[in-house]
Amino acid sequence: MGLLAEVVKEMVLYSLDFNVKARDFDSAGEVSSNLRTVLKQLSLNPDVVRRSCIACYEAEMNIIIHSYGGHIKIEIFEDKIRITAEDTGPGIEDIELAMKEGYSTAPEEIREMGFGAGMGLPNMKSNSDFMEIKSSSEGTTVLMEILFK
Amino acid sequence: MKLKEVKEILKAEVMVGEEKLNEDVFTACGADLMSDVLASKDEKAVLLTGLTNVQVIRTAEVVGDIKCIVFVRGKTPGEEIVQLAKKAGLVIMKTKYPLYIACGLLYSNGLTCRSGEGNGTL
Ligand SMILES: Nc1ncnc2c1ncn2[C@@H]1O[C@H](COP(=O)(O)OP(=O)(O)O)[C@@H](O)[C@H]1O
Ligand SMILES: [Mg+2]
Repeated sequence: MGLLAEVVKEMVLYSLDFNVKARDFDSAGEVSSNLRTVLKQLSLNPDVVRRSCIACYEAEMNIIIHSYGGHIKIEIFEDKIRITAEDTGPGIEDIELAMKEGYSTAPEEIREMGFGAGMGLPNMKSNSDFMEIKSSSEGTTVLMEILFK
Repeated sequence: MKLKEVKEILKAEVMVGEEKLNEDVFTACGADLMSDVLASKDEKAVLLTGLTNVQVIRTAEVVGDIKCIVFVRGKTPGEEIVQLAKKAGLVIMKTKYPLYIACGLLYSNGLTCRSGEGNGTL
């Protein structure tokens, strides 16, 4: 690949940033809903739209449920979408364990809302082509990429 | 199966989307865990659930293929949920049947998911 093509590939064509408040269950899902509208306007492949929105929704729920608050940045590149969910909070102590299907520290009231089944992170992983989690006792950053292919 | 048959079989009340009852659906899913709905790869045009919070509507929007939500066990969603569903273009019904029976009734009347690829197969 030529240098120019390389540079173009790394260019962010469109970006959005949404604040996500801890425990704000009434707004939960607004980020992914907005994302869906934007991605549809861009006429992206429905499978890409679907996978991006599901991954984004679970990331949004995790900030709401498990952190003190954060934001979600959406960046659209020539060939992919990148979703970065960043929060301040207690962090994930054991990432490998958190990635296991069914592992959850969510309290009962979250389960009553249909979440906290411990399926979020594994589902985010299976819907993205690349996922990276960075976490410390200060907070968590989850980066996901979905390729247009 | 047409949505109006879903309505008849479940003796349901349509709360949103009366004008869409002629639409056809071939797949359905019953769940109270929205994470399960989000994790399922199968197509699901009808979602039957006992949950009545905004997360149900958001989940339907996010997965994209859900056309109709049926609230079971006589649960009535709040006005906020009804408005959100209208905006999302969903059909909303409620039935007095519990989840298990409601799913069974639709299944035994032919909504078996078999026409959808991968649906209902192990
Ligand atoms: N942003 C986050 N901050 C702190 N802990 C998190 C975060 N995201 C996930 N976790 C931890 O990882 C676990 C598994 O997450 P997930 O698979 O999404 O399941 P669930 O959200 O249903 O508990 C959570 O129960 C929680 O302990
Ligand atoms: Mg989660």
